[in-house]
Amino acid sequence: MAWRGAKVLLATLTAASGALVAASASTAASSSDTAFTYQPAHAGGTIKLLASTAGGTLDPQVNYTLQYWQLYQATYDGLVTFRKVSGAHSFDIVPDLATAMPKLTNGGKTYTFTLRKGIKFSNGAAVTVNDVKASLQRLFKVSNPNAGTWYSAIVGSSACLKTPATCTLAGGVVVNAATNSVVINLSAPDPEFLDQLAVPFGAVLPASAPAKDSGTTPIPGTGAYMFSKYDPNSQLTMKRNPYFKVWSAAAQPQGYPTEIDMVFGGTVESEVTAVENGQGNWVFDPIPSDRLSELSTKYATQLHVNPLTAIWYLPMNTNLAPFNNLLAREAVNYAIDKSAAVKLFGGTQLAQPVCTILPPGFPGHVDFCAFQKGMGTSYAGPDLAKAKALVKKSGTAGMSVGLVVTNDSVNMAVGQYVQSVLNSIGYKATLKPLSANIQFNYIQNTKNKVQISLTQWYQDYPAASDFIKVLLSCSGFHPGSDNSINIAGYCNKSIDAKMQSAETMSLTNPAAANTLWGQIDKQLMTTVAPWVPLFTPKQIDFVSSKVGNYQFSRQFYMYVDQLWLK
Amino acid sequence: MAGLAVLLFVVTICLLAPVYAGHIAHVNPFASNLQGTTTVNGKVVSVLQANTQGLGFGVTPIGPTWNISHYFLGADNQGRDVFARLLYGGRTSLFIGTVSALICVLVASVLGVVAGYFGGVIDWILSRIFDILWAFPIYLLAISLSVVLLTSGLNVGPVHVGPGSMALPIIIIAAVFVPYVARPLRGIVLSLREREFIQAAIGSGASDVRILLKEILPNVAPSIIVFFPLMVAFDMLTESALSFLSIGVQPPAASWGTIINDGLGLLYTRPWVALAPGIMIVITAGSLNILGDGARDAFDPKAKLRGSI
Repeated sequence: MAWRGAKVLLATLTAASGALVAASASTAASSSDTAFTYQPAHAGGTIKLLASTAGGTLDPQVNYTLQYWQLYQATYDGLVTFRKVSGAHSFDIVPDLATAMPKLTNGGKTYTFTLRKGIKFSNGAAVTVNDVKASLQRLFKVSNPNAGTWYSAIVGSSACLKTPATCTLAGGVVVNAATNSVVINLSAPDPEFLDQLAVPFGAVLPASAPAKDSGTTPIPGTGAYMFSKYDPNSQLTMKRNPYFKVWSAAAQPQGYPTEIDMVFGGTVESEVTAVENGQGNWVFDPIPSDRLSELSTKYATQLHVNPLTAIWYLPMNTNLAPFNNLLAREAVNYAIDKSAAVKLFGGTQLAQPVCTILPPGFPGHVDFCAFQKGMGTSYAGPDLAKAKALVKKSGTAGMSVGLVVTNDSVNMAVGQYVQSVLNSIGYKATLKPLSANIQFNYIQNTKNKVQISLTQWYQDYPAASDFIKVLLSCSGFHPGSDNSINIAGYCNKSIDAKMQSAETMSLTNPAAANTLWGQIDKQLMTTVAPWVPLFTPKQIDFVSSKVGNYQFSRQFYMYVDQLWLK
Repeated sequence: MAGLAVLLFVVTICLLAPVYAGHIAHVNPFASNLQGTTTVNGKVVSVLQANTQGLGFGVTPIGPTWNISHYFLGADNQGRDVFARLLYGGRTSLFIGTVSALICVLVASVLGVVAGYFGGVIDWILSRIFDILWAFPIYLLAISLSVVLLTSGLNVGPVHVGPGSMALPIIIIAAVFVPYVARPLRGIVLSLREREFIQAAIGSGASDVRILLKEILPNVAPSIIVFFPLMVAFDMLTESALSFLSIGVQPPAASWGTIINDGLGLLYTRPWVALAPGIMIVITAGSLNILGDGARDAFDPKAKLRGSI
């Protein structure tokens, strides 16, 4: 997922760079490895989260941003979910609205769930198996970003992809109200299907939810909290769901605040100052570089840094000049100094340069670095002379290039640097800053003719396909759509076939599959170069001194509902 | 005289920006220099320095060295020499301010004089156009036009101005200030028209063009001359505001407004990046105002200009 839309999923991450720094001034809630232990004495109050802009639509089946996925974990539930706990077990998948993990039959193609009874949506309506079926159908009706990749495994999905409005998933989802069972049939075994049900896209919504993007209108959910009000120009409000009762603390624990507000509109500098002064409780946006020194000295105990499997990168439009020319793409890869970009993010303690699509420590990652000064598997620096020569050879020198970035200070700084580099190698680059509220969808839509952009991708779940297949396969490219997550617009059937082989191989031989994913990564970067990978960041959370119980999930990041006011 | 002296000093040092950047500081003020180094007190240091205190997060640009030969005012977040950019920024801001003021005063003079002299339908139409433009707060109108035109540029018939062109802010700023010059000039011409020498010229059969050029214009010229430096100040301030909002001069070009915007992210660590252009704007606008007042006193001590804009 993207930053303002990036969902981060930490898999078998090895802390490749720097140490984990997490200091909290307050005593955390006690927790076993399997669930948080609720402490009612800390309940109450309003937590104020600060973000410079809103994160787009509130629809959990459309929104693909970390900003709101961090909130959805407390407001929506699916049949299964990722365990709500800190540490390594936050990647475990546990039953949520289902009573137990599914029974797999039919060679791994049939998943049978039993729906829990007695759970209600925040509007008071009981959750039924018909809601589950309708929610899976709705994924296609609202053109979910991964309808064509993840959920195309469901039988009946091909008809849904052709005519979403009339999607029935006939034969794919079979429900029985009498036994409360939900049977999902896949066309082929898919080892990642439970992960895909566990993310917010798999949320069970009322069958009455509109068959289109709900925009700013909250859809009722089953979580401990519900969205009560959303004005993208000012604030998003979450209140306790009056119909919520804990059915599994591992799946959906009780939260502490009575209300959680996400307030929009301030600059990131003012947000940091507000949290320092206790006027806000947490900053969502990347911390501006000039405040990091201050925070890491005066407010070190309120600063939490966690490793991530994520990547900042520059997708180049492979269907639009000048980047429909391979030499031009290679030139930009040679020219950009990834270490310089790391400086703008805050230094080597907070990020490390990457040359690959799969971040270091991620399943399938292979160390190589194709476009740099000299040979070697780790990044040694740019080669400007080669870059200029490639631009000249490509015949694209002198062309105008527009770089679209979000208008927060860190993205703007990296954008200005990239613009400077593009100018230095022979292009006439202009910077186009956009509000983070719209930038991510804007750069996906081919109608906007975006040549190159700066964006981020955070793992949805720990599988190489979540980077390579989602971001660079034909099924992720939808011309003319705001949900075309293959921003580079790259589509190659033979590489797609290799991705399919890797996915099939993962059922029987995950190690070999990861090796194949690594080869695909290398092939894409060395022969296609659709992106410039920049660096892999760490997650920095700055919380106010007034809150306690900071808990970090490798899946959901900071649990907003587990913060309590001191 | 003091105002003129200060203004001349500012203009001179800004015009010498290429000399300073190329031959004294040896920097390229438009290119990022994130991995660059410089010498401070005989020691080679990085232009962007990693924090070594506390948890060691963050990277801070070098602060003012107070050495005229390199990084006199320090570096910005792209590692660029702030003083060199300040001088280039002055060239841009003064150029835009001067050219837009020139265009504004020229256009406003023609429209104001024509409206005041001919009266009738022509005056009615032009006055209504002025009223409509006047009704918008200046900055709101300038911002709205900039946001729209910055995306696609200006295309009017055969005239095409690209979205990143400096001509765009010049045209926008000139246009929004036209009523503020045209209306007072129109008022002056309206009163001049009733004077005996004008009536005599009309009665003697002189053509309108002759009357405008020989009788009206020489009497309006002092007011136009007084307006000019004041408009340069206003236009420069407007350009700074638009550039500060990222809808005026576009990066990597420098203007005082863009440098203040760059300095916003460094207020806590390197405040000089934002302070320096702000001080230059104050000094330059102040000297232009003093110059305008002086010009007014020289031409007509009794003249009352239209109230504040």
